[in-house]
Amino acid sequence: MSARSRHWGAAPDRPALALRNLSKVFGDVPAVDGVDLEVRQGEFITLLGPSGSGKTTTLRMIAGFTLQSGGTIEIDGVDMGHVPPYRRDVGMVFQNYALFPHMTAAENIAFPLQMRRVGRPEIKRRVADALGLVKLEGLGQRYPRQLSGGQQQRIAFARAVVFNPRLLLMDEPLGALDKKLREALQLEVMHISRQLGATVVYVTHDQDEALVMSDRIAIFSRGRIEQLGTGEDLYERPASLFVADFIGESNILRGRFEPAGDGGWLVRDPWRWQVGAAAAARASLEGGSAAALVVRPERLRIVGVDAGPGLATGVNAVDAIVRDVLYLGSMRKFELVLPDGNAAVVRQQRGGGGHEGRAGDRVRLTWAVDDGVLVADPHG
Amino acid sequence: MTDSWRQPRRLLLLALGALTVFFLMAPTLVVVPMSVTASNALTFPPEGFSTRWYEKMLTDPQWSSGFVNSAQVAFLTAVLATVLGTLAALGTVRGRFPGKSAVNALVLSPLIVPVIIIAIGMFSLFVRWKISGSIAGLVLAHTALAVPFVVINVATSLRTIDRNLELAAMNLGADPVRTFRRVTLPLILPGVLAGGLFAFITSWDEVVVSIFLTTARFRTLPVEMWEQVRQVVDPTVAAVATTLLAVTTSLLLLVLVVRRQAPAR
Repeated sequence: MSARSRHWGAAPDRPALALRNLSKVFGDVPAVDGVDLEVRQGEFITLLGPSGSGKTTTLRMIAGFTLQSGGTIEIDGVDMGHVPPYRRDVGMVFQNYALFPHMTAAENIAFPLQMRRVGRPEIKRRVADALGLVKLEGLGQRYPRQLSGGQQQRIAFARAVVFNPRLLLMDEPLGALDKKLREALQLEVMHISRQLGATVVYVTHDQDEALVMSDRIAIFSRGRIEQLGTGEDLYERPASLFVADFIGESNILRGRFEPAGDGGWLVRDPWRWQVGAAAAARASLEGGSAAALVVRPERLRIVGVDAGPGLATGVNAVDAIVRDVLYLGSMRKFELVLPDGNAAVVRQQRGGGGHEGRAGDRVRLTWAVDDGVLVADPHG
Repeated sequence: MTDSWRQPRRLLLLALGALTVFFLMAPTLVVVPMSVTASNALTFPPEGFSTRWYEKMLTDPQWSSGFVNSAQVAFLTAVLATVLGTLAALGTVRGRFPGKSAVNALVLSPLIVPVIIIAIGMFSLFVRWKISGSIAGLVLAHTALAVPFVVINVATSLRTIDRNLELAAMNLGADPVRTFRRVTLPLILPGVLAGGLFAFITSWDEVVVSIFLTTARFRTLPVEMWEQVRQVVDPTVAAVATTLLAVTTSLLLLVLVVRRQAPAR
């Protein structure tokens, strides 16, 4: 076993990080309220949520900067209950970089190795390796103030991985950078983490960033994990109205659920829409409960109102009025109003052969039954 | 239109400012020409030019021992006050404990309590402890007076450094002591040095407490001046005053330079 895999990649059967019923109360306001999460070795997991949802507080508890009010944190199977931050062996990248201004880039990267009493020649070698890893060879003698924001963030990243920590924590590390640089660094961080086999816990409020980088995403809302899954899980099969609304654009049809056979119907007079068996099973709602059907904008088709009763089985429909048609280059975006006054969005690929609706047209929206996701409607 | 209306007001303001500066500086600076007088009396304006009072200051054992005593006391005070004041600032800025604001007020109280009261209190206590009239006693007394300056300077520095830097250091494996030595101290060093220089100056020209705690055999420079002025009015006092002034002014300029050296963030 090489020195590098001492932590990373070791014991693949044991979770790299396990949070059990973790909570944090500030005064009497719960910031984190019973979070359970297991992160596998080498996994890239993102905590995603609006500000104040508890994701950063969770990260700070993992780092040991904040003591939890309840629950446990295990890293590599070891309880971190009374382990101070400097003995947790966890690397962290801060949003504002937190590079030591009185040390050069190379001295910053050498710092965690010096703290671990690594010998001088090895420090020199590993600092050079780390600078190469983030493609900043030759800039080691610069002070942080002589580096651009993107370069500073690379140094911060190199400093956090140079000692092969058991976990790499990142707190909105790209938040202060402009869009283009951010997208380039997203891929770079992802590739380097994978190359090192690092287990990463990444915090962001940018859903595109989360979708691009993560193996799995934990959606945070009001101190709890609302849903945990791959980006595809969250987008295609949101488990709640909050997730459907938070990730991507959604069309939401509200009504009452009525079971029938394996599937059922969502009823809202005079309309009723069929619910697929898989969707009904996942939601497992009682008959008559308030529910919503979620359909993604690219799953909807626009047809003429006169397409009428000849609809194929396995297809749902609802009428709408086109309010705006937006040309977005590779696609066309329709903004519509549903009969209940709610907004709807349809995205159509160019050349997809859809209806050429114009503002003010009455149209019919159709979608395959299996493209509808059923969720409970807490406000219904 | 407005400019011509403003012009006289500007001039008036300038004149008022100049007058204030003159009023503040003149009594201090008047000793400089007085110290180079050729006459035997402390007079203004001086008569002729001579450096003999400086020669006398350097050769007279009473003056030179006062100079050495003052420098010793001020140096030891600066060291002690810097260490204690830095620790106090760390505690009151970073620490979280009940009665923190009371402790802070207590540490800063020598700035507010009349010096004469401190002097009388220390005198009666130090006599009982038998450290009156010794270097140790005077250093302790001056340290109490100087600590607030260190605390204020260091606390200001501490508040301006990014707390995340200390968290980052701990995250990277530095225990609290090493975090302080490698990260916090280098970043607050300009504040610590400025505080130390202020502590030195505080002791260097302190006279009230010193009068109580010194004896004929152990006198600091300001006390010696005080004694001399009361007995003989000899221009050597002006030479000594000019020297004191030069030292204090250079130290204050040094403080300004040190503060400029704050690491760019």
